Amino acid sequence: MTDSPSRSLENRSQRSLLDASIVRPALAASLRKLDPRVQLRNPVMFVVEVGAATTTAGWLMQAFGAQPLGGGDESATFTFVVALWLWLTVVFANLAEALAEGRGKAQAATLRAMRSETMATLQDGSQVAAAQLQRGDVVVVEAGAAIPGDGTVIAGIASVDESAITGESAPVIREAGGDRSAVTGGTRVLSDRIVVEITQEPGQSFIERMIALVEGAARRKTPNEVALGILLSGLTIVFLVVVVTLRPFAEFAGTGASIATLIALLVALIPTTIGALLSAIGIAGMDRLVRRNVLALSGRAVEASGDVDVLLLDKTGTITLGNREATEFIPMPGVQEGDLAAAAQMSSLADETPEGRSIVVLAKRYGIREHSFTGHQPQFVAFTAQTRMSGVDMDGTRLRKGAGDAILGWVDGEGGQAPPELSATLDRVAREGGTPLAVARDSHVLGVIYLKDVVKEGMSERFERLRAMGIRTVMVTGDNRLTAAKIAEEAGVDDFLAEATPEDKLALIREQQSQGRLVAMTGDGTNDAPALAQADVGVAMNTGTQAAREAGNMVDLDSNPTKLIEIVEVGKQLLITRGALTTFSIANDVAKYFAILPAIFAATYAASGSDTGPLDKLNVMGLGTPESAIISALVFNALLIPMLVPLALRGVRYRPVGATALLRRNLLIYGLGGLIAPFIAIKLVDLVVHNLIGF
Amino acid sequence: MTVQGWLQIALYVAILTALTPVVGAYMFRVYSGERVLLTRVLGPLERIVYRLLGNDPEHRQDWKGYARTALVFSALSFIALYAILRSQPIHPFNPQDFASAPWDVSFNTAASFVSNTNWQYYGGETTMTYFSQMAGLALQNFISAAVGIAVLIAVIRGFVARSGGELGNFWADLTRTLLYILLPISVVGGLLLISQGTLQTLAPYVTFATLTGGEQTLALGPVGSQEAIKQLGTNGGGFFNVNAAMPFENPNGLTNFINMLLILAIPAGLTATFGRMAANRRLGWALYGAMTLMFVVGVGIVYAAETNGSPAQQLAGLAGSNLEGKEVRFGDAGSALWVVVTTVASCGAVNSAHDALTGIGGAVPMANMMTGEVIFGGVGSGLYGMLLFVLLAVFLAGLMVGRTPEFLGKKIEAREIKLVVMATLAVPLLALAATALALATKYGAPSIYNPGPQGFSETLYAYVSQANNNGSAFAGYSGFVQPDAGNAGSSGITFADVLGGLAMLGGRFVPMVLALAVAGSLAGKRVTPAGPGTMRTDTPTFVVLLIATILIVALLTFVPSLLLGPVVQGLSTQLF
Repeated sequence: MTDSPSRSLENRSQRSLLDASIVRPALAASLRKLDPRVQLRNPVMFVVEVGAATTTAGWLMQAFGAQPLGGGDESATFTFVVALWLWLTVVFANLAEALAEGRGKAQAATLRAMRSETMATLQDGSQVAAAQLQRGDVVVVEAGAAIPGDGTVIAGIASVDESAITGESAPVIREAGGDRSAVTGGTRVLSDRIVVEITQEPGQSFIERMIALVEGAARRKTPNEVALGILLSGLTIVFLVVVVTLRPFAEFAGTGASIATLIALLVALIPTTIGALLSAIGIAGMDRLVRRNVLALSGRAVEASGDVDVLLLDKTGTITLGNREATEFIPMPGVQEGDLAAAAQMSSLADETPEGRSIVVLAKRYGIREHSFTGHQPQFVAFTAQTRMSGVDMDGTRLRKGAGDAILGWVDGEGGQAPPELSATLDRVAREGGTPLAVARDSHVLGVIYLKDVVKEGMSERFERLRAMGIRTVMVTGDNRLTAAKIAEEAGVDDFLAEATPEDKLALIREQQSQGRLVAMTGDGTNDAPALAQADVGVAMNTGTQAAREAGNMVDLDSNPTKLIEIVEVGKQLLITRGALTTFSIANDVAKYFAILPAIFAATYAASGSDTGPLDKLNVMGLGTPESAIISALVFNALLIPMLVPLALRGVRYRPVGATALLRRNLLIYGLGGLIAPFIAIKLVDLVVHNLIGF
Repeated sequence: MTVQGWLQIALYVAILTALTPVVGAYMFRVYSGERVLLTRVLGPLERIVYRLLGNDPEHRQDWKGYARTALVFSALSFIALYAILRSQPIHPFNPQDFASAPWDVSFNTAASFVSNTNWQYYGGETTMTYFSQMAGLALQNFISAAVGIAVLIAVIRGFVARSGGELGNFWADLTRTLLYILLPISVVGGLLLISQGTLQTLAPYVTFATLTGGEQTLALGPVGSQEAIKQLGTNGGGFFNVNAAMPFENPNGLTNFINMLLILAIPAGLTATFGRMAANRRLGWALYGAMTLMFVVGVGIVYAAETNGSPAQQLAGLAGSNLEGKEVRFGDAGSALWVVVTTVASCGAVNSAHDALTGIGGAVPMANMMTGEVIFGGVGSGLYGMLLFVLLAVFLAGLMVGRTPEFLGKKIEAREIKLVVMATLAVPLLALAATALALATKYGAPSIYNPGPQGFSETLYAYVSQANNNGSAFAGYSGFVQPDAGNAGSSGITFADVLGGLAMLGGRFVPMVLALAVAGSLAGKRVTPAGPGTMRTDTPTFVVLLIATILIVALLTFVPSLLLGPVVQGLSTQLF
């Protein structure tokens, strides 16, 4: 398990947006995607493509001497330029999608390279291609071989190099039974030999699913994306009707409007910006998760993570370091603190558990260096479940440390008597949420070691951040209420569930859900599987069991339980990016109206002797000519797509402030900004189109 | 503009704001089945009605059942009204011996009154018998208004439901609306108006010799009894052709003011009813605030534009206000306020000629209707239309705060968005398509009297008004050719009558059914408790967003048509 931020895929794909290896194939793909059958999946862009084709036909007819299609007196050059920019609009939209897919593909290529194409050895020694393995097959993997598919270790123990999927170079232990039994296809056994039962269907391995996801192939539209798609289609239909009915309206006013002009208006009005970037945003969101080493099994889960109301976190390993740490030596009356520290240290020298090591570390602070055993004959006594003590016999003295009652029994057996203060001290430590260990030298109790559950650094800040997002955190622990309350307070969680059994956890999730809350949790053990399945967002640790991995709807390859915070942020970012670009796209329409309508109706109802009518006064941007105004709006509309691609891929920055503050901020930037910015931008484009190019 | 004028506007807004929580609380009690002051008197009557209908008021219908009942009831109302309009020769209370209007005009009128539009291709005093006015049109003024309010209450129940998919009992909601709300207020309001001089008689018209020796007929009728419900139910169909500009309908400044209050009393009060039903009165006030803000800005623009006159008038040397088509009794402020009141509510009663407004002054009433009649809007229909816009705004904003959008704790998902998009876009499309057909086909031509932007505005106004169930008119666009009073020798312009009739029915019942469907869909949804990550909808930020959504989504559709009509006239120095 690693708590450090993930590096693996991030390193693998630290390519800039404009990396030639991504851009070049993306350019080719953006032309291939002009296929109308592809466009039909995106109604907004399909309308643009039909418009582009129609305008092109109109230009060809004009080039052969016909009048502009549908009336008007625009030049063939104008029609050509409109057609060109309409095509470019479609191409830019395709490019955005292709770039997003390309970044995913680059990741997928790395993944694919390490996909094992090797043979698998079945239990009877026969060889079979890894791709042929069925669920339930049992294979033997020796040191040096790649694991042929996802599965559960049913016999043996081995160190496994999982760097291929996690990026973490240190090997991990995988063994039969317990919570570390899951193995992933494509990872490599470094030592020993394990027997693995395959748990995947052919072609459905972890890595294959990962490849499909980052490439966007397996991407199904998420519920919010579907809803937004409906809104965008609705707006497209409305503006289609607006433009179609504008023709008779214009004719009633004695004004002709060519099809090219009307199509330019239509494309400017329909929400092309968000329509073009919608799928890129979705792909990029998935991509961002994979970069954080999280594998979401569906986009729906990613979106749901943005809605999480309650977060269930295991205490051990998530909120606390998992290992208790010695923080204090409490000597019995008449015992020197240094004496106790020395005895504690000696008895722990052979204790390789983290607790044992923490005692040695604490003893150093009392100025006690490691003893030299030269000339002595130390006899280390290892901890056993029966004695519940460990220690050392040396030069006739016997040091023991262990649970309070175990040491009491030891002292009794040695014919000594424990000081009356001992039980009071043991009780006090337990009450404060710590674990007491007693230390004895022969028949004398020297004192108590205070082992404390240490809350990870920075936890309270993280919970503060979650609270600002509107998410309540609940700590789940098997500890008693007192201990749990103490740690909950120290860590800054909102609530805790003490003395929790897996059933309690499941019941808590159900209860929260029945109150309408969305629950997220992390888990790794087999007994977590029902709760993971019940939770709306269940993040399984990659170190966990296969059962847990199957039950969750996300797998964290880093097995970092606080990763949920980042997942929630990615989920929120995804929604915010869609909403912000939709708002921006719709707000832009005002400026586009101000560019195009005065251009179409510049001469309408002109007084006799005047070239311009009353509506020319609405040309507030002072655009050069009607033709340059229409082209400028169209160019702005098209260029906006590639300009916003970085934002779509990166996502709008999420700040954990209250919803109202966030709304106000995004409304100002994308709403008000979307109203004002295009006025300036269209004017700038017009300066080029009119003054430099001469339209 | 005068201080006195602004004071009148300010007083109006102040009284309306004060009335809103009172009316809202009363209606809340009526619909939650609590006892009110009138229960003692009307309770037995209510039970008799249920017994006659064979209705169990405790039986709750799902959205489909509710919609079906509302539609069937409206269809029956339509048939009954059409039958009345087509049988005028045999009517009692027909002192002028009027024949029936042609079938197409009657179709248009029946559609108009059943859809709470009250678009009138006819002049009441030259076409309708007293019986048609009282038993046909005035009855529908009550009924169509009650249907709108009943549906709204059902829609709100779906929005706030904690469990189950039922929306309520249509017959109970309808009966309670009629008995406890519309009837008592109309009686009091009618008596108040009659006390101020509004006419109430069944006597035949009076013919007398004028000073110049000519002969003039003075139309009379039972006006006062239907004047109050005309406003209260946001109906707007005048007894007389010139509607509330006629002294017999609207004799003085006080009746003018009372009429305007009657128009917005229920639509405004319903925002408070909604706030109480949603257990969040702030939310009710937020909706009221959004509506009032748009309303006040509209009044300001019309008042300024009308006192300023048009550029063409100024060029012609006509200084001062544009008083063409206005009653001097009401002046600029009283007319401007009414123009906006009657068009934000889908009332359509007029006290001045909208046709004669300046370009910009005329753009405002059109824009009010183009928002889909959600700034207060029609009784009931205005608020359910507004709630659909709220969902749209919540959807956009919800995405921007990074959560699946939710309103009142319920998630807004693809199904709701689909219904909302269909409901909010159906009416604008209907209005645009109808206007285009009327302008571009040879069948539309006979209805259009003026060329240029004026003719365009008149046509546009006609279909925007009908599709949005407003009923006010820009005049100059006709569906009825009537050489003499009494309908003898008259003919309808079938195209305009049928197209307009269909626009009114579509504009009424399509959003109504879709709003009920949205409510039905929301009713069964789990309620997520609000937390700090939940976007609140009762804040000023949301009010701004809601207004922006309405303006951009609804109004953007009409920008080109507004330009070609009123805006041209507002900017041009020519007279059209």
